[in-house]
Parts: sequence; structure tokens; C-alpha cells
Amino acid sequence: MTTAAKRIDAEHAPSRATPSRFDVEKVREDFPILKHTVRGKPLVYLDNAATSQKPRAVIDAITRYYEGTNANIHRGVHFLSEQATEEYEDVRRTAQEFLNAAHSHEIIFVRGATEGINLVAQSYGRAHVQSGDEILITDMEHHSNIVPWQMLCDERGAKLRVAPINDAGELMLEEFEKLLGPRTKLVAITHVSNALGTINPIRRIVELAHSHHAPVLVDGAQAVPHMKVDVRALDCDFYVFSGHKIYGPTGIGVLYGKSALLEAMPPYQGGGDMIASVTFEKTIYNRLPYKFEAGTPDIAGVIGLGAALKYVSGLGIENIGAYENEVLAYATQKVSAIPDIRLIGTAKEKAGVLSFVLDAIHPHDIGTILDQEGIAIRTGHHCSQPVMKRFGIAATARASFALYNTKAEVDALVRGIEKVREVFA
Amino acid sequence: MSDLRDLYQDVILEHSKAPRNYHELAAANHKAEGFNPLCGDRFTVYLQLEGDTIRDVSFQGSGCAISKASASMMTQSVKGKTMAEAEKLFGRFHDMVTGHAAGGSEPELGKLAVFSGVSEFPVRVKCATLAWHTLHAALEGKQEAISTE
Repeated sequence: MTTAAKRIDAEHAPSRATPSRFDVEKVREDFPILKHTVRGKPLVYLDNAATSQKPRAVIDAITRYYEGTNANIHRGVHFLSEQATEEYEDVRRTAQEFLNAAHSHEIIFVRGATEGINLVAQSYGRAHVQSGDEILITDMEHHSNIVPWQMLCDERGAKLRVAPINDAGELMLEEFEKLLGPRTKLVAITHVSNALGTINPIRRIVELAHSHHAPVLVDGAQAVPHMKVDVRALDCDFYVFSGHKIYGPTGIGVLYGKSALLEAMPPYQGGGDMIASVTFEKTIYNRLPYKFEAGTPDIAGVIGLGAALKYVSGLGIENIGAYENEVLAYATQKVSAIPDIRLIGTAKEKAGVLSFVLDAIHPHDIGTILDQEGIAIRTGHHCSQPVMKRFGIAATARASFALYNTKAEVDALVRGIEKVREVFA
Repeated sequence: MSDLRDLYQDVILEHSKAPRNYHELAAANHKAEGFNPLCGDRFTVYLQLEGDTIRDVSFQGSGCAISKASASMMTQSVKGKTMAEAEKLFGRFHDMVTGHAAGGSEPELGKLAVFSGVSEFPVRVKCATLAWHTLHAALEGKQEAISTE
């Protein structure tokens, strides 16, 4: 904490020798919703791990599409269809660059991280997992990275193994390694924990898993808004994320998969677009990525996602991450100084999330009182009931940060928590 | 702040800190478990029924201030009542917290009227009614845990 505190002091100093590369006030102008008031108070939106707000660029891109380009893709010979197809496929290249994937056909558009995981579980999983095999996950997964594997294991008579976490909320790497073996058919792990904020050492995890010939799926829903993700440097086999958590629309997300794996996988859903030819005797599937994109996709969503990724890249993901780390360090320092507070998730490497409980005050009561102050946080189990069980609690209050949050908003949060303590004094 | 005080009235805060009848009931012949999967609140309601009458009632579990105070005050309100009277009271209470009360004072609700502020906080209705749903399940002799969802 000392380093963080020093950094904050340095920033408050009058010297302008090192101007910040990130102007949060200017960034806030890009998000129309941040001008709103809630219950008569300025909105303090700290529920970004649930979903982020949308910049004007994303809202405009979707409007522009519906006003000027709307047509179905990959089908028509007419002008609008061609243009819509081009814009749609442009976003595939944007996403490819964003993740540094080797090929644009390794980018599959899905509804979100959840659908990406289900696609891999149902397609890759059912083709490779047999009775007695194992799938290895961790104790800090979101339900979306637990249940699809449970369903697969139930169907196949396979076993779900769970690597433990320590009291700080960090993966116990040596225990993880012990759980890898010849029966491990796949490792599924979150990049950043939605309930704890822990950043997992994905590169190392992939190395360990690959030494046992197990491919790795990474749930990047909470990672992509905060840090540079390079799927080739990580060498992960699958990577999923949701558009709405990175300033894009809901209902759209990305599954990245290594070309060779995707090529060998059977389709997930059947329908239009995913076929090369159909007769009643035999259907020949389309090539990648279309094999996995049955039916008319969320074209406007994809275009909105493209605008979001460009927006983030324009600001520079490293600049965003550095700024957010400052805000998180400031929040950690301020909130942990409140009496009777216990932080849940104190990993050395964290991003975006501050989960906490107050002695004898239930998170729901905290959430209701903060809401009266215009402060939006999440309270509950965050779709991570095993994490709650691990820490012996039913729920936490969670403040989660985005690029538009400020230290002044952290101060408002702290004042709000003090009000909670007053009400319950 | 005035809205908040409507919800978190002193009586409610006091009951949440020192819930009444908060123990297992050795003589219970009916019990049920209630669960709110959205927030993880979980209560067990124990009943000692004698014929048609609730001779004794208690609860245990964990939850927010609203759900715990509601459970505590519910046990006080239904002790000694007949099953039909308890169910009727649940109906009145439900109408009040969901804002469907007929209007005017509800003499039958007595002290439970402190929960009227809940109707201004729709997401908290489930907190206030969890114990009552659980009581209802216990009266009906349901075996499986009931859920607010």
C-alpha cells in the first residue's frame, strides 16, 4: 500500500512535470449516462464488472448502422448487404488485432463469454471428453465457467476437478499443478476473477497445462477492459470475452480459438450461414469462422463492439490499465481504513474489483443505502457461490471500476459506507 | 435520508441486531427452509403446532437487516394464532410491502406496520417476505427448501 499511497501523493503535488497521459474528465464527456443524476444525486457508477456504460462512439455506430447500412450479411448481392458485410467483417479484423490473434477466422462472434464457453464445452468437449476424463477449473470461477463443464462431465461421466485458492484469493499454483494429469482433457480458468479481482498467471498456467497436453480456455470477461491481452503470447487455446463489459453492447462477445482446434471441432449450432451446401442426404459445413456462426448474427452488436474496441485502443489499453490501477489502489487504501471493513480478495495482482464485507451489516443493506446516495454497486454472490463459500460468507458488496471512475467517486463511496455505519450504529 | 429511515426504522434495526425467538425449537413438529438465491439469505422456521394453533415458533439463519427483522417480528406476531389467522396475516403483510394494501390503517398488522416503507424499495420485498414464505411452507408441511425465485 505504501507505493500506492506515495503515487497518490505525487499526483496531488502541484508539479506538472509529468502530465498524465489519461484525462479522465475528457473521457467522462464521452459517456452520456454519466451526466445523469440518480435519486437527485450525481450517478456514481461502480458496477462495471456487471456491465460497463457505453461511450457515444458505440451508441452512434449502432444508430448509424440501423439508419444507413442495415441489411443481412453474407447473402445479398445488393449495395447495403455488401456494405453491412464489410463492416461486420472489419470488426472481426479489429477483434483479431485487439487480441493479437494470428488469423481473423480465429475470431468467432458469440452472444458473450457464457456462450463462448458453452460452445467449447459442447463442441470441443463432447468430441474429446470421455468417461473417466477430467476437466480442471479453479475455486474462483464465475458460474458460467463452472456449469457448462458440469453439464459436460455429467453427460460424459467425466470428473470436474477444482484447484483451490488461498486466503488472499490467489490460485494455489502448486495445488493446481498436482491436479493436472494424463486424464486432464481441458483446463478452464478465469483471467481476472469477477468476485475478487485476482489476476491469474495465465502464461504459467498454460505452460503447465500444455506440459500435460491439456488445452486451456481462458475466461477473459473481466480482463479485456483492464489490460492488454495477447493470445499468442499467452499461448492459450481458447479465449472468451463479452462486449458489454468493455463498453460495447450486450448480446455480443468473442470466442477466440486456435485455428487447428477450431478446424477439427464439430459445429455448435446448425442453420444458415454455417453451411457450404445442404441436401437432405448430406450437409457440408462452411469454413471458419462461419461454421460456428449459424443464423443471422447480431450485426448491430458486432458493429457496436467494433466501435468499443476501437475506442479502447484509441485511448490505449495500457494507459487505461495504469489509470485504473491508481484508482483501485486509492480505493483499497481508503476503504480498508474504514473500521469493521474486511476486504474479500487481497491478491498481489488485482484489476478493477474491490469486494468487501462490513461486520454485522449485510451487503444488501449496504447496497440499498449507497443507492440512496446515487452510488451503484453490486451486492450478492456475484454468480460465484463457491467463492463465497470459500470465504465463509453469503455475499459481498462489490465496487468495480472502469476507465471513467475518479478518486472523487471513491471518496463518495467512502462517505456512503460511513453513512451505512451511521444508520446501523 | 428520510426515505431510508422509512425503510430502516429503529424497531427494524433493533430486531435485526437482537432477533427474538432466534433458536432451534426442540418441540418443533413442523419446519421449513427458505432461501433467496439472489442474495444468499437463508432461514429455517420451526413450528410447534397443537391442532390448528401455533403453540410456539422460532427461526434461525442469516440474512440482511430487513429479512432478519421481518423473521423476528413474524415469530412474535403469529405465536398463539391459528394457522388460518397466520396465513391471513401473511396476506395482509404481503399486500402492505408490495404496496397493494387497501389503504387506511391496518389494525391487524399491529407492529408489523413498520415494514410499510419496504413498498418504496421493490427489490427489498423478497427480503421482507422470505420468512413469511418459509412459515407458509412450514404450515403446509413442505419438505423441500422453498425459494423466492
